[in-house]
Formats: sequence, structure tokens, C-alpha cells
Amino acid sequence: MSDIHVPPRPSLVTKILRLRRGPWENIATILIGLGVVMLMQPYSATAYAYSFITILAGTILFAIVSHFPE
Amino acid sequence: MTELPAQTAFADRVAEAMPSGIGKTVRGLSDKAIAWLFIGPTILLLLAINIFPLIWTIYLSFTNYRANRPNAEVKYVGLDWYHRILGDADVWAAMQTTAHFVIWTIIIETVLGFGLAWLIDKKFRGHALWTTVILIPMMLSPAVVGNFWTFLYQPQSGLFNYAISFVTGIDPSSFQMLGSVRLSPWAIVIVDAWMWTPYVMLICLAGLRSIPDYIYEAAEVDRASPWRQFWSITLPMALPFIMLAVLFRGIENFKMFDMVNLLTGGGPGSTTEVVSITLKRQAFESWRTGYSSALAIILFVTVFGLANIYVKALNRVKQR
Repeated sequence: MSDIHVPPRPSLVTKILRLRRGPWENIATILIGLGVVMLMQPYSATAYAYSFITILAGTILFAIVSHFPE
Repeated sequence: MTELPAQTAFADRVAEAMPSGIGKTVRGLSDKAIAWLFIGPTILLLLAINIFPLIWTIYLSFTNYRANRPNAEVKYVGLDWYHRILGDADVWAAMQTTAHFVIWTIIIETVLGFGLAWLIDKKFRGHALWTTVILIPMMLSPAVVGNFWTFLYQPQSGLFNYAISFVTGIDPSSFQMLGSVRLSPWAIVIVDAWMWTPYVMLICLAGLRSIPDYIYEAAEVDRASPWRQFWSITLPMALPFIMLAVLFRGIENFKMFDMVNLLTGGGPGSTTEVVSITLKRQAFESWRTGYSSALAIILFVTVFGLANIYVKALNRVKQR
């Protein structure tokens, strides 16, 4: 019987460094979601002030990474 | 080689349908050029009514332009309006009012919508009729809904107050749904939930109907209880559809304007002033066009970002 070689699953960092669409889209989605929460939360004026730039960064990142290969 | 006769025939047919002068020109064009000729006017129209106003709004957001003073000198103010909006306590309060509205409508619509879809999916006698009845509010115009709920909420003659009185025993004229600071945010949530729960139900129903029967049959063979089937099969498999409904309603309610404007106009005071009402007040009551343009761009980027997530979720559902 021959041994079946199963390649190790790549770590999250490896997946991100490979510039593949999936993990990068997740990062952009988290950034947009975080920005929306910062925009609407009632607790921190500083978080509110930086909300738009966070959403903008996430949206631009999303537009760029949607052109990455699967 | 094989494409050439077909191409010529198509160009000929188009040329025959046109006046002789233009027909001669069309005969010399390729299929691609003719296709561009047809879609060109539509693209121009889209650019004129969608892209140009967007670019113009971005430009205005960097200036001190006021629409009520068209002849005044327009000065470039850079990112000043963006800085002011992101430090403005009134806009921040409007964002929180919007958040209250968005969160509660999503929770109520999702719970009720999924519950209704789950019941309708049981296919009891007359389920088709009930589906149609449930869908009626969704088919009405928000202007109509806003108007008749204003009548329903009337403290003296409105049916809503009498229904609450019938259930709780409170005097119907003792409370005002639209005039009270405490109740008016909930009045809007109730109307939106009444109108849009059927939409969430439709999406959830599509999700429930996409679950194959053999999974439930296998679960029954394994003696899984109905409760266990619900938590292990129904809910996980319908979850992408529920997420889709949540995202769509989130985006729609974030930019909600018409219903709030008709019901309360942002009042009493600024209790129900969602961010789109603030935008309208700044643009057409205070005439701060540059400021309101910057606010519009902030809202646009937010909705665009959420729409990206929505499209991603939609693609995941399609892959299933």
C-alpha cells in the first residue's frame, strides 16, 4: 500500500499573501462592516470621525480585490 | 469565413430598415459597430442621468456653493464639509436614529418574515390565498402607506389607538403614536415592518423551498425530532437567504426617506430625523448645498460598500 500524501492546508497569512480574492474580499467586508458600525454607534465621537475613511478604504479595497484571481 | 455572410445579411437588414442615405453607411459597418450604434444612446442617457449628477455632487461637496444663490462666487473649500459632518453632533444623532430604525426593523422583519415563510411552507389548505393576502402591503406605494397609517395613528379616530385600547384597556386618546417623543420612533418601525415583512417572507420562502426533501427523510429515518430538524437542517440551509434579506432591508432602510417624511417629517423635534431627512433639511431648508453634497457622498459610499457585501452574499446563494 502506498502512502497518500495530503498537502498541509495553507494558513490564513499564506492565503492573504497569495493575493487570492476570497480572503481579501473578507478583509474588505470586515472593514466596510466596521466602518458602518463606527458611523452609527452612540459611544465614541472619535470612532464616528474615522468611520467614513474606514468605509471608503474598505470599498476601494473591495473594488480592487474583486479583480484578483479566485 | 462562415461569419461573413451572416454579418452582411444583418447589416443589410438594418440598412433596409433605414433611409437610403444612412442605409449605405450602415452596410459598411461591422456587427460590433452596429451594436454600439444601438446601445450608444442608452449609454449616453445613463451617463447623463446617473454618472453626471454623481460627479457633479462630488464636485459640489468640495465647494461652498448654495443653490439659492446661483450667482454668488463659488469657492473651493477642500475637505472642510467632510470634516464638519464627521464632527457634527446633529448628524451623528441622525445616524443613531437611523441605526435604531434599521436594527429594529431588521430584527422584527426577519423574525416575522421567517416565521410566516415557515408556516406558508407547510402548504396547509388555502396557503396560496394567505400568501397573496400577506403580500398585499408590499405592493402598495410608500406614499399611500404613509398617508393611511397617518390616519390609523390619529389619537381621536385612528383604528390603531382603538386596537391598543381594546387589548390593554388604555384610553385611546391618552397617547399619540406620531406626536410623542417616546413612541414616534416605534410608530415608524411598526409601519416599515408591516410593509416589508412580506418581502423578507418571500426570500425566506425561496430558501425553505430550496431545501431538498430527502434531507428531512434521512433525518426522520435517524429519528431526529422536529426541533432538531429545524436547528440542524432548516435554519442552516435557509441562512444564506436570511442574510440576503437582512442585507437588502439594511441597505433600503439606511436610505429610508419617503415613509418617515410622510409620517413624521423627522419630528417631533428631531426624534425621528433619520439621516436622509437631515440631508433634505440641509439641502432644501438651510440651502447648504456643498455641505449636503458631502453628506450625500458619505451616504453613497456607505450604501455602495454595503451593496458590495450584498452582491457577494448573492453570489454565494447562487453557487448553492
